[in-house]
Amino acid sequence: MNAPLQGHAASNLNTAQPLLAVDHVSLEYRTPERVVRATHQVSFEIDPADRYVLLGPSGCGKSTLLKSIAGFIKPCEGEIRLLGQKVEQPGPDRIVVFQEFDQLPPWKTVIQNVMFPLLASKTLKRREAQERALYYLEKVGLSAFADAYPHTLSGGMKARVAIARALAMQPKILLMDEPFAALDALTRRKMQEELLLLWEEVRFTLLFVTHSIEEALVVGNRILLLSPHPGRVRAEIHSHQYDLHSLGGVEFQASARRIHRLLFDEAPEAERELGFADIRIAY
Amino acid sequence: MRQEFEVHLEPLLSVPVERELPLRQRLWQQGWLRKGLILIVLAILWEAVARYQNNDLLLPSFLQTAQALFDGLLSGELLSKVSISLAVLIKGYVIGIVLAFALTTLAVSTQLGRDLLSTLTSMFNPLPAIALLPLALLWFGLGQNSLIFVLVHSVLWALALNTYSGFLGVSETLRMAGRNYGLKGMRFVLFILIPAALPSILAGLKIGWAFAWRTLIAAELVFGATSGKGGLGWYIFQNRNELYTDKVFAGLAVVILIGLLVENLVFNTFERLTVKRWGMQR
Repeated sequence: MNAPLQGHAASNLNTAQPLLAVDHVSLEYRTPERVVRATHQVSFEIDPADRYVLLGPSGCGKSTLLKSIAGFIKPCEGEIRLLGQKVEQPGPDRIVVFQEFDQLPPWKTVIQNVMFPLLASKTLKRREAQERALYYLEKVGLSAFADAYPHTLSGGMKARVAIARALAMQPKILLMDEPFAALDALTRRKMQEELLLLWEEVRFTLLFVTHSIEEALVVGNRILLLSPHPGRVRAEIHSHQYDLHSLGGVEFQASARRIHRLLFDEAPEAERELGFADIRIAY
Repeated sequence: MRQEFEVHLEPLLSVPVERELPLRQRLWQQGWLRKGLILIVLAILWEAVARYQNNDLLLPSFLQTAQALFDGLLSGELLSKVSISLAVLIKGYVIGIVLAFALTTLAVSTQLGRDLLSTLTSMFNPLPAIALLPLALLWFGLGQNSLIFVLVHSVLWALALNTYSGFLGVSETLRMAGRNYGLKGMRFVLFILIPAALPSILAGLKIGWAFAWRTLIAAELVFGATSGKGGLGWYIFQNRNELYTDKVFAGLAVVILIGLLVENLVFNTFERLTVKRWGMQR
């Protein structure tokens, strides 16, 4: 099924070196009065075809970390390497899918939006770009809307366009910054399902930022937990065994509870019974 | 405790799912019709007041003005005046636009450019362009060039100010997306900033157009013909001297008509094809 998509670097790499290495990265941002440390000495490695999730409470610097991997923010310490190459600036080998709906230029139709990075980065000629754009639009089920303008689409459809646009670039790694957080619960569920189906088919490498424990378990195969203010690595957890069908299962709940404990550093829950509602708080 | 229930839904056929609005409401939604109606009411009022006044020298009636306008257009006199004025206007307008874009591009790329733009606009924006005309005449002589100079001045600052504030308003996400695809420098301005700021740029272009048009007519009125060929302002000025008040009104009507035409045909069409179609402006 994933035969025709050789362009994705993920599928034809040896695992000798990680695809992306984040090496003791500290990030700081400036307010008018002070310098605030967002993350402190964070290290992790992403292998090809990973669905790697950064999970943490708000203010743990996970979005800042993603922007730094995208090349928008320079680390003040440590370095980020993509296939051994130090990341210095934004580039089309790392495409970001943002949460905001205005990531799609409103003056371009859906297909022009998908073609935009291909043309802007001079990856493909117009006609090839169009073919590829159509191919990926079909993948996300939006062929019929190729000539619609973004403002006529629903939130879920806009998110799909952004995903198609990112995939069409066939980046070395796909960076998603809480891409479904602005969607309603039902659409979000559907988008998670579609993302996993796409991954089954294309096997891209994904870095996914979220603050929802449930979403992390469903979407990721490995989860990095970050502590709040400043973000430091708390744990790395496997979650490849879960998908949307495991929601509410016993093991799934146990993992969710464990993550919750790690994130919020509660005393080891001796007798305390966690209700279903507790686990979903972040969702 | 109430009973649960499920309803089996048949296709809804008894009531039409959509229906047309009545003809009157649909007509009333046509902007040109409403505006046309306003114009007709104004013309009738004018005619009534003029007839009541009964003094052609002070206030010619609507019909007399229309007659003078018709004659002027037929003889080609008015048209040639209009074309002289428009030729100068367009030159000044285009130069102003080019300079404004150069200045704002500089302003988005460097701190010094930003300071330059903000200093210059705050100095020159409040300065009426017409006040520069005596100086322009001194520098460039009694020719087209001095008119173009004041026109550029009237377009440049308003447009630069609007364009720059439009650039500032472009969302961070869109900027990051553009940089993500490797867009930098001029290409970033062309492919991201300008289309994203188009509503403000269009507003600036409209204001610039209005400023330029006013400035030109005023300049021609005050300083008369430049190099022997007068434009529309000169036409108005000359006819007032000869007390052809109906022709003065006809000249003014042409000024207004051209303003309306440009606003409604050029700018509105452009807006409809761009920002409105893209959902960036209602």
